[in-house]
Amino acid sequence: MIEAIQVQGLTKVFTTTKDRPPLRAVDGIDFTVHEGEVFGFLGPNGAGKTSTIRMLTGFSQPTAGTARLLGLDLDKELPRIKKRIGVVPEASNLYDELTAFDNLVFAMQLYGVPRAERKARAESLLERFRLSEKRDAPFAKLSRGMKRALTIAAALAHRPPLVFLDEPTTGLDVMSARNLRQMIATLRDEGVTVFLTTHYLEEAERLCDRVAIIVKGRIVALDTVAGLRSGAKRKTSVEMTLEGADGQSEKKRLECDDGVESAVQRLLSENNGRRVLAVDTLRPSLEDVFVQLTGLNAEVMLSEKSGKGGGNAGG
Amino acid sequence: MLADDLRGMVYIALKDLKAYYFKAPNISWGILFPFAFILAFAIRNPGDLRALVPGLLGLTVLFGTSSMEAIVIVFERRIGSLERLLLAPVRLPALLAGKLLGGMTFGLTVTLVVLVVSLAIFGSSGTNWLILFLALLLSATAFSAMGAFVSVAVKEVFEAQTLANFIRFPMMFLFIRFPMMFLGGVFVPLASMPGWLQAFARLFPLTYSVEALRVALFGGSWATAALDLGALAVFSLVLFALAVYTLARRIE
Repeated sequence: MIEAIQVQGLTKVFTTTKDRPPLRAVDGIDFTVHEGEVFGFLGPNGAGKTSTIRMLTGFSQPTAGTARLLGLDLDKELPRIKKRIGVVPEASNLYDELTAFDNLVFAMQLYGVPRAERKARAESLLERFRLSEKRDAPFAKLSRGMKRALTIAAALAHRPPLVFLDEPTTGLDVMSARNLRQMIATLRDEGVTVFLTTHYLEEAERLCDRVAIIVKGRIVALDTVAGLRSGAKRKTSVEMTLEGADGQSEKKRLECDDGVESAVQRLLSENNGRRVLAVDTLRPSLEDVFVQLTGLNAEVMLSEKSGKGGGNAGG
Repeated sequence: MLADDLRGMVYIALKDLKAYYFKAPNISWGILFPFAFILAFAIRNPGDLRALVPGLLGLTVLFGTSSMEAIVIVFERRIGSLERLLLAPVRLPALLAGKLLGGMTFGLTVTLVVLVVSLAIFGSSGTNWLILFLALLLSATAFSAMGAFVSVAVKEVFEAQTLANFIRFPMMFLFIRFPMMFLGGVFVPLASMPGWLQAFARLFPLTYSVEALRVALFGGSWATAALDLGALAVFSLVLFALAVYTLARRIE
C-alpha cells in the first residue's frame, strides 16, 4: 500500500543575520501518514508545524531530508504532487472581490478540472458546506466561519486525496468550529487523508487517528491517541461526588491502581454513609500527555493564538 | 506541465481582470487621467494637438498597465491569496506571466479607446499599423513587467504606489516634457535635449514607447522603430526576469 506521506530526516534551517546563529525550525523529523487517516500534528507556536507544512506542500525547500507524498518524490515530482493535494492555510485566503461560486470555479480552473464539471461541482460543494444561500455573495461579505468553510471547500474543489489543514478552527465560534469538525470527519469517511495541525487538544483527540507532537523542531511523540494516553504518567482515576454536611457537594478522587472497581469500593468505604451524587471515571487525556512531553500548559499554548476565543473544542 | 502553466496563466489573468481591473473607477481613471494631462498641456500650449497623440498613447499604456499591476501582487501577498497561486500546479514564471497578461489586457483595452478617439479626431492617414501594433504590445509588456517588478520588490501597498510613481513620474517629466508644460514649451524630439538628459532618458522604456509610436503615427525611419521595439522587448525580458527572481527570493 502506498503511504500518503513518508518523511525522513526532514530539516529546515533558516539563516537570518550574520550575527545570529541559524535557526533549526525543523530538525530531522521522520514520520509516516497512512492513507485515509486523519493525522494530527500538534505543538506550541514556533515548534515547526507550519514550516513542515510549507515544505511538504512545495512552498519552501527543505534544507535536508526526503519526503514522498502519495508515492511521489517531493523533490522531483512537485508539479504532480501539487495537482493531488489540497491546502487550507491558517488564514482564509480566497478573493474578497469574487463571489463564493466564482472562488470555487477559479480554484477548479487552476487545477484543471474540466469545464463541463465545474458548475455542478461548485454547486455541490456550496451545498455540502451549507453555503448555497451565499452562492453569489462576495467572499468579503461572508462571516468568519463561512469564509473558513469556503476556503476548505476551495481546497477540495479538485478532489485531492490528501488535504493539509492548518489550524482549521482557530478563531471560529463554537457552532462554526463544530460544523467544520463534522466536515473533517466526513472527509475521513470518504477516504481522504487529512494532515491536521491544531492547537486544540480536544479537537485532535476527537478527530485524529494518530497524533505527532512536535517541540522545537523535533517529534517527541507519535502514536494513536489511545497509545499516547497509555504512556501518560497520570493514571485513570475515579472521581466521586458526595453530598456534604452543609448541603454542598464535595468531590473525592482516587487513582485506579488496582482497577476502577476497587477504587470505587475504596472511596465508598472511606466515605461510609454519605450520599453519592455521581461517579466519574477520569482517563488521562491527550492534554496530560502533551503537558508531560512539552512541559507546557495547554492553556498557555492556546493563549499564544490570537483567535483563541471561539474555536474551543467544545462542540 | 506546460499545459498547466498556460492554463494557469490565462485563468490568473482572467481572475485579476474580473477581481481588480474592470471596475468603473479603474476604467475611468485609466482613460481620463492621460486625457486630463494632455488637455492641461494643450490649453497651456495651443498648437499642433496631433503631435501630442504619441505621448497620450504612451501615457495611457503606462498608467493602464502599471497602476493596478504595481499593487495587485503586494496586496495579494499581504492578504495571503498569493499563496493560493503559489501552491497551485503553476510554475512561478507562468504565475507572474498571468499577472502581466492581466495588466496588459487592461492597459491595451483603455489605450484602444484613447486610440480610436484620437484617430477619429486627427485621422489615420500615414499610420503604420504594424509598428503601431508592435509598439503598443511591447510597451504594454514592458510597463506591465515594470509594475510586476515594483509589486514584488516592496512589502506594502503604499510602498508599491510610491515606488511606481517614483519611476513613472520622472518618465513623464522627461517624455511628456512636464516642465515645458508650464514653461510654455511644446513636445520636441529627444534630439533637442541636452546630451546628458538624452542619456538619462534612454534609461526609461517610455522613451522608446513614445518614439516608436511617433514613427508609427507620423512616419520615420524603420531603423529607429526597430531600435525602439527592440529596447522595449529587452526591458520586458529584463524586468520580468527580475520580478521572477525577486518573488522567488521573497517567498522562501
